[in-house]
Amino acid sequence: MTTATNVLPEPATPVRRSKLAGAVGDALVLTERNLIGYVRIPEALFFSTVQPIMFVLLFRYVFGGAIATPGMSYVDYLMPGIFVQTVMFGAVGTSIGLAEDLHKGLIERFRSLPMASSAVLAGRTTADLVRNVFVMVLISAVGFLVGFRVHTNVLAFLAAIGLMLLFAYALSWGFSIIGLSAPNSETAQLMSFPLLFPLVFASTAFVPAATMPSWLRPFAEHQPVSVVVNAVRALTQGGPTARWVVPALLWSVGLLVVLMPLAVRRYRRAI
Amino acid sequence: MTTKSTASPTPAGPFAIEAEGLVKTFGGEVRALDGVSFGVERGTVLGLLGPNGAGKTTAVRVLTTTLAPDQGRARVNGFDVVGQAQQVRESIGLAGQYAAVDENLTGRENLRMIGQLLHLSRRDAGRVADELLERFALTEAADRPSKTYSGGMRRRLDIAAALVHRPPVLFLDEPTTGLDPNSRNAVWSLIEQLVAGGTTVLLTTQYLEEADRLADRIVVVDRGTVIAEGTASELKAELGETVLDLGFADPVTAERAAAVLAGHWPGPPTAEGTLVELNVTSGPSQVMLALRVLDEAGLAPGTMTLREPSLDDVFLNLTGHRTFADEELEEAR
Repeated sequence: MTTATNVLPEPATPVRRSKLAGAVGDALVLTERNLIGYVRIPEALFFSTVQPIMFVLLFRYVFGGAIATPGMSYVDYLMPGIFVQTVMFGAVGTSIGLAEDLHKGLIERFRSLPMASSAVLAGRTTADLVRNVFVMVLISAVGFLVGFRVHTNVLAFLAAIGLMLLFAYALSWGFSIIGLSAPNSETAQLMSFPLLFPLVFASTAFVPAATMPSWLRPFAEHQPVSVVVNAVRALTQGGPTARWVVPALLWSVGLLVVLMPLAVRRYRRAI
Repeated sequence: MTTKSTASPTPAGPFAIEAEGLVKTFGGEVRALDGVSFGVERGTVLGLLGPNGAGKTTAVRVLTTTLAPDQGRARVNGFDVVGQAQQVRESIGLAGQYAAVDENLTGRENLRMIGQLLHLSRRDAGRVADELLERFALTEAADRPSKTYSGGMRRRLDIAAALVHRPPVLFLDEPTTGLDPNSRNAVWSLIEQLVAGGTTVLLTTQYLEEADRLADRIVVVDRGTVIAEGTASELKAELGETVLDLGFADPVTAERAAAVLAGHWPGPPTAEGTLVELNVTSGPSQVMLALRVLDEAGLAPGTMTLREPSLDDVFLNLTGHRTFADEELEEAR
């Protein structure tokens, strides 16, 4: 900072890349950035796993005894629901993170750079996918500790995890729209719950739909959360898998295909 | 050393930034920009001066391609902000109002990230980050998360992040708002060095002093329109060199004093509350004139001050209203 000419850095030539390679590279740079954030604030990650663990304990030891599940023990019925609930609540993190980036001016900076307009969202959702892998491993361990068992095989269990990660990834794109529309990160969180609660609780995640009133049952049986939970149950406990896995995959891919372009469009108009 | 940039400017025209009749409306009601036109010559500094809600930030957003105008055209470094947004982005650096750095990342990581997003190789991104950290006196704090930085350090990091690709055009949105005087001076001298190196700068500010020190030309905006344009001295000449404030015992006396003085003054005095304000060009002699006139009318001021005109005075003079009246429009969006 002594003479006029040396404030700027020495010139550097950008590496020429194809449009797609550039977009993937940008997304990876921002994925890394978001993951560093998670590592630097381990408290946030820790407390985001405390809640699902509490749910495991609550349903396993408090409510579980009162819930009859035909054909399997309640803990085996419960854990697929807990897995799906956990990744869904985790998707709220996507909306909070983006709302923060937006209101701290970071998104304005990214928008003024010659980078891919999908990169900010791809970087955030991919980081959240990585976080979900970590959370899945942790919740699985807790599940096995309280008596959850896979009655099929390891491959089917891994397929179940993969399916849930795909479903969660699709939801992350949806929640990014909320994050980019919210006036601040607290509101982003509040705006997410009215959407999450009916999907998570008016489902077959924790109780069979048979006990629900007749007006609620059709929704609870066919909405995507139930479909995914049932697919995970089939994959981990046995029974006809295609009946649930195929629609669960269709829901996940369908949501992704619809939500991705909507989110990118919202991003282009944010600020 | 030349200021070579990643996007070579098109040769036509002396202007690095041209705005023509920009209109931007929010929610169909608030006209944040209502036909704004101005030009910035290459290698010069334009100060966009105005109160909160005047449309400064909206203008910056349109020119930096983050917001599309409803009407009008703008070119930056010869490229159209709508049709050639990508080339515009390669030509500009932006340091917005909020010191947009990732708080969880260190200073070094922030700058490296920007370098990588600009598609520099990992090695180049690291090297450029190190150079910028050194030149912005941030080397010691380079490996601390930026949330531990002071306001001034954060602002320097923010400006450094805007310079990674050596843009020929730099946008600074209120670069010193919220900074202490020392940090403000450091940022000012940084901007001066950049301009000496050939960078074109558009800076928005609420402070006349800042525009006065840095800007070659000043565009005054209010409620989305340009209400005055010129060099700092031209604007001041229009306004008068200094302001004479005369305080009276009560508003009624102040009104009477203003009426008495009106006949003797080229520009009309304004009375507000117990205060009468006069724009004067030659301070002492006009102070004597004012006192003589008031004495003859039997009106004695309780207080008297001579001061430099403020942004508020510029506004009062140009628009007939004070700047704070516009705060309700703040951040119209």
